[in-house]
Formats: sequence, C-alpha cells, structure tokens
Amino acid sequence: MIDVVRFRAPPAAALIAAPLDGLTAIYHRPSGTTHLLAEPAPQILAALADRGLSLHELTAALADAYDLDGSGDALAERLDELVEAGLVEAGLVERA
Amino acid sequence: MRHETAIRVGPVSFRIGSAWRAPIAALDDLYRDYPAAYGVPDYTVRLEPPRPWRRVIRPQVGIAGDFTLPEAVPLPLAHGLLAAEMGMNLQMALGHRRHLLLHAASVERDGAALLMAGESGAGKSTLSALLATRGWRFMGDEFALIAPATGLAHPFPRPVSLKNESIATVAWPGARSGPVLVDTPKGTIRHLAPDPASLAAMDRPARPALLIFPRFGHAAAVRAVGAAEAFVRLTEASTNYVALGEAGFAALTRLVREVPAVAVDYPDGASGIAAVEALWAAR
Repeated sequence: MIDVVRFRAPPAAALIAAPLDGLTAIYHRPSGTTHLLAEPAPQILAALADRGLSLHELTAALADAYDLDGSGDALAERLDELVEAGLVEAGLVERA
Repeated sequence: MRHETAIRVGPVSFRIGSAWRAPIAALDDLYRDYPAAYGVPDYTVRLEPPRPWRRVIRPQVGIAGDFTLPEAVPLPLAHGLLAAEMGMNLQMALGHRRHLLLHAASVERDGAALLMAGESGAGKSTLSALLATRGWRFMGDEFALIAPATGLAHPFPRPVSLKNESIATVAWPGARSGPVLVDTPKGTIRHLAPDPASLAAMDRPARPALLIFPRFGHAAAVRAVGAAEAFVRLTEASTNYVALGEAGFAALTRLVREVPAVAVDYPDGASGIAAVEALWAAR
C-alpha cells in the first residue's frame, strides 16, 4: 500500500495569466492575490488545471516539453512552492 | 463646519471643511486658477481640533474626512494648508476606486504621457515641475490616475509640494505659490500651483508612452527595466492595486506591456532633465 498525493490547480477560468518578458503574472480570482511566476510554474498550473496528478504523472506529462531530471526533485520543489502560495492544492491522498 | 470650500482636481472633487478660516483662505488662494468644482463632491476633508479647546488654545489641526487614519498626528494651525493637502491625499489613497492610483508624477507632450514613479525623495516632484517649465504639460506630481477601461492617464494636477532644497531650484513663471511652511514633519515645504495652461487642460487624459523610475542623488545611469520588474515596482507604488482586484491587475499588466520602462539615476536636476528628454526623444 503506497500513499499517492495528487496535486490539483484551480480551473483555468479561476486564473488570469499575463506573460511579462519571461515571467508570468498570475491573478488568482478566488483569493484576489497576484503571483509572479517563472517557468515551469505556469506550465505546471496548466497541466494540473483539468485533473489531479501525482508527482510521477506530472513528471511524465511535462517531461517531453522540459528537460527534467529523472528524479523529479526539482519539480517537487516547484510544486511545494505552488502549494505554499495557495495556487496548487495537495493532499488528495489515495491508496494505490 | 464653520468654513468650507470646494476644489476640483481633474476627475476628482473635494469639499474641504475647517474649524478655522485661515486654511480655507490659503486653499482658495492657491487653487484660485483651478476650473470650478461642480456636482456632489467625491470626498470630504475636515480640518478640526482634536479637542474643543484646541480650536483656540495653541490650535491644532486634526485631519479627518470620509477616510481617516487613527494615528494621524494633528498639525499646528500655521500648517493648516499642509493638513488640507494631506487630507486630500488620504481620501485618494484610502478611498479612490475609479482609477488605478500610482504614486507617480506625470507630464504630457505631443498628446502622450510620461510617468515618473518613485518613493518620496526620488525627485519626481522636482523633475515634473522642471519639465513643466520646458513646454511639457504638468499632469500631477503625486498620483497618476490610470483608467482601467481605457489605460489612459488622467491628470490630477494638485499643487506641487516642493521640499527643502528643491524650493529654490524650481522657478515656475506665472505659478501661484503658497506660504513657506517651516518645521513641518517633512521639513520646509512650499506649494506651487501648476501653470494656468496645465490647469485648463486638466480634463484631457493622455496615453502613457514612457515610464521612468527616477532616483535623485546618484551618479548618472540609465537602465532598461523589464515588464516584470516594472510590474512589481508599480504594485508597490500603487495605493489601491489590491483593492481594485481584477481591474487593477488588467490595468497594470496592460500598462507595463505597452509602455517601455527605464530606471534613471541622476545627480542633479539639470542632468535628470537631459536624461529624461533624451529618452523621450528616442522612445
């Protein structure tokens, strides 16, 4: 039995994104807060907008577009930051 | 209130009430060339003593109004004009929602606006007043008002508040000036009403074309500022960005994407003006 944490971002309609030379300003409608994100954070939000993904699934989904290391450590750190910022929800724990 | 007057500055009108005649007389004199106020005022400022006897005994002018700060310190009656100006700023900073408010000076030339954003002491008042003596239209030295729907900068040409050494550096022909106020919390202050031509045009907005972050007292340097950095600096320079919510986000991201931004360090007024005008010509 392994615990799997699934991550989920708000639906696309809850966020307004404005690319600003390399960075992306994000307005989070439910909270009214503004965030300034560097890659790959906006892409993570896009990948998690429609469905909850585990870290493993997210790594696979983004691997093609980005040069990610196999362990997913860097991605996990970015995810932690997004959870901290309130842009990604974690904790949908499932028994696999 | 015993004494009162009405003032309109660009798209905003104020009613100023006072327990004393002197601050109202000073306002009426300083704002004499302003187009008349009309309709219901947007904001009320009240200058009143914090305790009843402070109207007469060592009079103290407390700053109140539609929006107040509980910790605002009263000023002596001799600084009543400054109290009124601070009261109007307070209403704008705490209450205004029709425009995105940027702590920035603005001037206009050829129908386009130059915005200069910075902290107090960055020199935006002095630069905007100096530019106004060189053919630019003065739009304001305190707040730039960005309309969320159009992105246009609306003039808010309050009297320039010159502080300390800058009082001597700006000679503005035809400008009406207030009394020299010494020993205020910000040092020596003198208010200078904008020239009549700028006041007559105060209902005419302009499209922002250049954004400058000036810094006075440093070796001359010019550096391009990216849209992301400009965005962050302007959220900090805005008093109502958070309150405006989505409208503020849309207005500010549009501004920094459409308008180039430059940081300008300058050691003195003359080199500041030269740098700004060179950037304007090359934009």
